[in-house]
Amino acid sequence: MSAAIELRGVEKRFGGVRAVDGVDLVVPAGGVMGIVGESGCGKSTLARIILGLLPPTAGTVLVEGRPLAELDRRARARLIQPVFQDPYSSLNPRQRIADIVALPLRAQGTVGRAEVAARVAEVLDQVGLPGAMAERYPAELSGGQRQRVAIARALVGRPRIIVCDEPTSALDVSVQAQILNLLAELRAALGLTLVFISHNLAVVEHIATEVAVMYLGRVVEHAEVDALFAHPKHPYTKALLASVLTPEPGLGIPESGLGDAVPDPSNIPGGCRLHPRCPVAEGRCSSVEPFGIRADGRLVECLLAAD
Amino acid sequence: MGCGTCSGCAGVSEPVLAVEGLRVRFGGVEAVRGASLAVRAGETHCLVGESGCGKSVSARAVMGLLAPNAVRSVGAMRFEGADIAGLNDRAMGKLRGDRIGMIFQEPMTSLNPAYTVGSQMTEVYRRHRGGQQRAAVDRAASLLARVGMANPGLRLGQFPHQLSGGLRQRVMIAMALMCEPRLLIADEPTTALDVTVQAGILRLLAGLQAEMGLALLLITHDLGVVARVAHRVSVMYAGQVVESAPAAELFAAPTHPYTRGLLASVPVPGKVRRDEKLGSIPGTVPRIGPGFVGCGFRDRCAHAMAVCAEAVPLRQAGAGHDYLCQLT
Repeated sequence: MSAAIELRGVEKRFGGVRAVDGVDLVVPAGGVMGIVGESGCGKSTLARIILGLLPPTAGTVLVEGRPLAELDRRARARLIQPVFQDPYSSLNPRQRIADIVALPLRAQGTVGRAEVAARVAEVLDQVGLPGAMAERYPAELSGGQRQRVAIARALVGRPRIIVCDEPTSALDVSVQAQILNLLAELRAALGLTLVFISHNLAVVEHIATEVAVMYLGRVVEHAEVDALFAHPKHPYTKALLASVLTPEPGLGIPESGLGDAVPDPSNIPGGCRLHPRCPVAEGRCSSVEPFGIRADGRLVECLLAAD
Repeated sequence: MGCGTCSGCAGVSEPVLAVEGLRVRFGGVEAVRGASLAVRAGETHCLVGESGCGKSVSARAVMGLLAPNAVRSVGAMRFEGADIAGLNDRAMGKLRGDRIGMIFQEPMTSLNPAYTVGSQMTEVYRRHRGGQQRAAVDRAASLLARVGMANPGLRLGQFPHQLSGGLRQRVMIAMALMCEPRLLIADEPTTALDVTVQAGILRLLAGLQAEMGLALLLITHDLGVVARVAHRVSVMYAGQVVESAPAAELFAAPTHPYTRGLLASVPVPGKVRRDEKLGSIPGTVPRIGPGFVGCGFRDRCAHAMAVCAEAVPLRQAGAGHDYLCQLT
């Protein structure tokens, strides 16, 4: 499979904060790359870099083989579109749905009015919204309907890649299921590549084909989804999976083993950045950086995995 | 733990909190329509449902913290056996923070950013219990230690913005316990937290509850949280408790079509095949005004019949397992 997105040594600093700290990652065309991690791990910053909304401090982003930095805004928008978390704040409340959805096409400046209108009607139908919605305003829609509008807006210009940053986190669980089903259908029907960022591991397990686990700005484990969930190798991945509260009564409250310390991106520990919280850390973990370690054919940035 | 079936509390003791026929209206919207629930000592009762179902409004109605435009009526509301339905604001204010502790979702907005942790914790105590500042400080420090905060002396002098989200929530819990409440009402206490932090907070709440014999009313939308901590579960939909059962039974034998739809829409790692669709509930929650009759779920229900537009019977699916539906 060819690469839809390739990140090479991508870094992003905000003053003394290393939000993204050397990420190499390949998203295969047609795949769904799930990116998971706790707040402050850099997953949303990475999404913004992939979308071209933030320039990386160092490193390169290639989209379909071309450097993202060399593409102008319009070319970028034809390739990649975003869907954000909160459909209440990402839709202009004073515009009709038809105008919101049409914006990416109008911004291209090359599509005629009648064609825009026809395309808007087509994508609204694709995302399961009745045509009459086009004349409504965001305030008249439910959260789930608004997220369908955001997805229609992302699709209207026929992009190759959609970057979803916590697309269902603001939604109720029954609505979340509708949106996940819709994204899976659209991906299959349109051959899209998805980058799917979420703190919810169960959601990522359901939709992703590959998963990258981020911790303090780095991808610490990256594997095919079934392999990652069945056999997590990095202690951080294991702790995250152990912390998921599945709706199965009688199992009690799990112990992540990470303690109560909270990672601080402005003060990243030396050696392995997990070592102060890691339940299996050894002496060398505080001094040796585990960068780029691979085990069993996958990236696992853990000194113990290399043995 | 393990109530609902144990003989120690369920069905024997008088509930710490008993609410019957609670109704709350905001203008033309019926937010709560005849909800009843009871929480016993040592019991975690989870009130679960989606946005707008009335779960938070119900909790605020119990605490007497509704917005001024709300109209509340209630069949009966008893706390530790005493009627509290008729209490005025002043009398309710004496219970709140004292015998009834509260924890809200976002600790950053429920803590005052301009005061130290210590001054906020001691204020609660001295307001309800009076006494010397020194005694209040000692109690605050010992509770911060109890909720797992290292160096409580230092924390007392800090401001909320100097603490992480998880630590702020621990402060909120310690503050709610200052006056040894009998009932703790926690509204989405872990929703704003990372999963790794969430587990720690839930374990803390469960431990405190068992140790102090608290009655815990936990409001959440997260069925994972419910499964792991609840003894009893009440599912709310469109302002009504549509099903209430011991936790194990609710998950093993959900009876109301809404409960079943809700459980089917949760992705469970390793349980749902990726090429299969998740169960989902079509449509959206209706807006229910005065005079609405019948089942609030009927427009989204696969089993809806003509009779669902008439009054809905409360049926029993088993001991202590009630549901509001025409289906048998």
